[in-house]
Amino acid sequence: MAVKSLNSIRRNFSPWNDPAAKPYIQFENVTKRFGDFTAVNNLSLTIYEREFYALLGASGCGKSTLLRMLAGFDEPTSGRILLDGQDLRGVPPHKRPVNMMFQSYALFPHMSVEKNIAFGLKQDGMASADIAKRVAEMLKLVKLEPFAERKPHQLSGGQRQRVALARSVAKRPKVLLLDEPLGALDKKLREETQFELMDLQQDLGLTFVVVTHDQEEAMTMADRIAILDKGEVMQVATPPEIYEAPASRFVADFVGSVNLFEATVTQRDERMAELQAGPDLRIQTSNPGEAQHSATVNYAVRPEKIRVSSRAPEDTSVNAAEGEVFDIAYLGDVTMYNVKLDDGRVVKATVINSQRLADDPLTWGDRAWISFKPDAGIVLTR
Amino acid sequence: MTQTFPPGPDPAMQPLPRKGAGLRGIMRGLTAKLVIIIPYVWLLILFLVPFLIVAKISLSQIATAMPPYQPAFDGLDGLWAKLSSFTVANYLWLTEDALYFNAYISSLVIAGVSTVLTLLVGYPMAYGMARAPATIRPTLLMLVILPFWTSFLIRVYAWIGILKPEGLLNQFLLWTGVIDTPLLILNTHTAIYIGIVYSYLPFMVLPLYAALEKMDHSLVEAAQDLGCTPTGAFWKVTFPLSRPGIIAGCMLVFIPAVGEFVIPDLLGGSQTLMIGRTLWNEFFANRDWPVASAVAVILLLLLVVPIMLFQQAQAKTQEEGR
Repeated sequence: MAVKSLNSIRRNFSPWNDPAAKPYIQFENVTKRFGDFTAVNNLSLTIYEREFYALLGASGCGKSTLLRMLAGFDEPTSGRILLDGQDLRGVPPHKRPVNMMFQSYALFPHMSVEKNIAFGLKQDGMASADIAKRVAEMLKLVKLEPFAERKPHQLSGGQRQRVALARSVAKRPKVLLLDEPLGALDKKLREETQFELMDLQQDLGLTFVVVTHDQEEAMTMADRIAILDKGEVMQVATPPEIYEAPASRFVADFVGSVNLFEATVTQRDERMAELQAGPDLRIQTSNPGEAQHSATVNYAVRPEKIRVSSRAPEDTSVNAAEGEVFDIAYLGDVTMYNVKLDDGRVVKATVINSQRLADDPLTWGDRAWISFKPDAGIVLTR
Repeated sequence: MTQTFPPGPDPAMQPLPRKGAGLRGIMRGLTAKLVIIIPYVWLLILFLVPFLIVAKISLSQIATAMPPYQPAFDGLDGLWAKLSSFTVANYLWLTEDALYFNAYISSLVIAGVSTVLTLLVGYPMAYGMARAPATIRPTLLMLVILPFWTSFLIRVYAWIGILKPEGLLNQFLLWTGVIDTPLLILNTHTAIYIGIVYSYLPFMVLPLYAALEKMDHSLVEAAQDLGCTPTGAFWKVTFPLSRPGIIAGCMLVFIPAVGEFVIPDLLGGSQTLMIGRTLWNEFFANRDWPVASAVAVILLLLLVVPIMLFQQAQAKTQEEGR
């Protein structure tokens, strides 16, 4: 499946803003303990029908445990999980209307591609003519028709991933669970496959819950992302919200890279706040968040929203600081600068190389000004 | 006019072969070959030569002498005379007396039944071991191997003490009131099955454990996820994937069990007919070495078939890259 059209990928879909919308999957105060270890701690989540939902977090944050509880391989220690209003407690995996694509793919090595895909359908007692039809359809969907007779060990990593995908959607489950679906693929293939997965989800109208540690993957594919840490939800939001309006320092730091300035609120009104971040840096921001006057907060600003220049900006009294170019990383499309301010703090700035070989490149040890607009950053109180 | 010379290697500039490299190469080649030669020599001396001697004896005529057959070698002169004196009479004799045929069949049946019983006992054990927490697996593995630390013969004798009419098992069952009269187990086929299952269990458990332990548990989860009950997942995924272990375990039990002598002799009583015993009788009671050798050659041929099947299964497994 090549990329069909971009408008099929990003769509106007936001049932979570609709109070009348009925949640499809609900985690209600779910806790899961393994011995002394608490993998999931009093966690609540709602996922809507046809949503592409990503659970994002570092390893050990409990995201895979959530998926396994949804599939039925683990039961919550307390709390409950509802699917379409039905409590899933005690329902064994083979009776749940969900299918999982395993991280290791878990393809049956003793069966051909065709038999792997037909496996779930046979368990349902489907007529063999219908099975053959469905398998052919699935093989076509994942473009593996010539490989129907092959055994998994005769396939490449990318092909195996497709077989695993075809096998897990063959039964048309209500919910498809994907555990690091693209983790084992190389970068190019991963990017292609991301779009294919999104198209597939649209075409089949399924609810996808994907577990990943790769933020790019989550940002590209998901309608909403839940950021998890130590078994708790840090934030649930759409990718732009997560990136531009993180709820806490943790989220801001976890997704993408960010500059965090510790600052004291010196002025606060309806729309604006003024912060003092060290003696030489006064910050004006139009995103004051929940900043209270004279509170200590964090000001977060993304590197690509910072301008670096050898020339001083017009107004150096606010949202500007001087320093020295400390490190440069040229990545082709962008150049990353680390500027060491005179007070010793290091600020990351990313500049898009819109011109080939700029005339006046900054180099190591140059004096440079960093500056940003009032709406560039956001005040974080947590 | 300029002349261009095509650039090319100047033969005078070729690097000289390093001194000693040739010798070292030969040595390395020899070392590599030695690795293969040693086991082949071992097999030649300890398997092929004795087999040829036995095969030769099986073609000789019985002689009342010491040793009780005609001399094996009496110079090249006598070789032709020797060859012409070879006879298949010993093999024909085996077909004339139903005793041998019955002994072969009985051995194969007893070995077959024992192998199935060992599989039935060994599979759950191996499965339990493979699914046990990784920390206690080495301990379980050691417990399986532990009986080998005692002499095989002593362990079989111990079973006599357990199984005899006034033995531990009967005393226990009488004490609990399950039975009124002692069970006759010793000197029956049941005792042979118990002995073989007990003695050969590690040979069944170890290859099964190896096959089950390396199996990815997510395969079973995937089967359940796709609608299999736990039992269904076992028969459709776990069992077929442990087949190499099953085949290896069955061969390791079946092949030695066919020729087993000690267990039927000690536990099976006098009426048990097994080829190992027949062989022993021919050699030592009847002192008919040629017939005994013929019995041994036929036994070997009977066993070559399952061994070859085993080899084939192994090769297939390796080819599938598992």
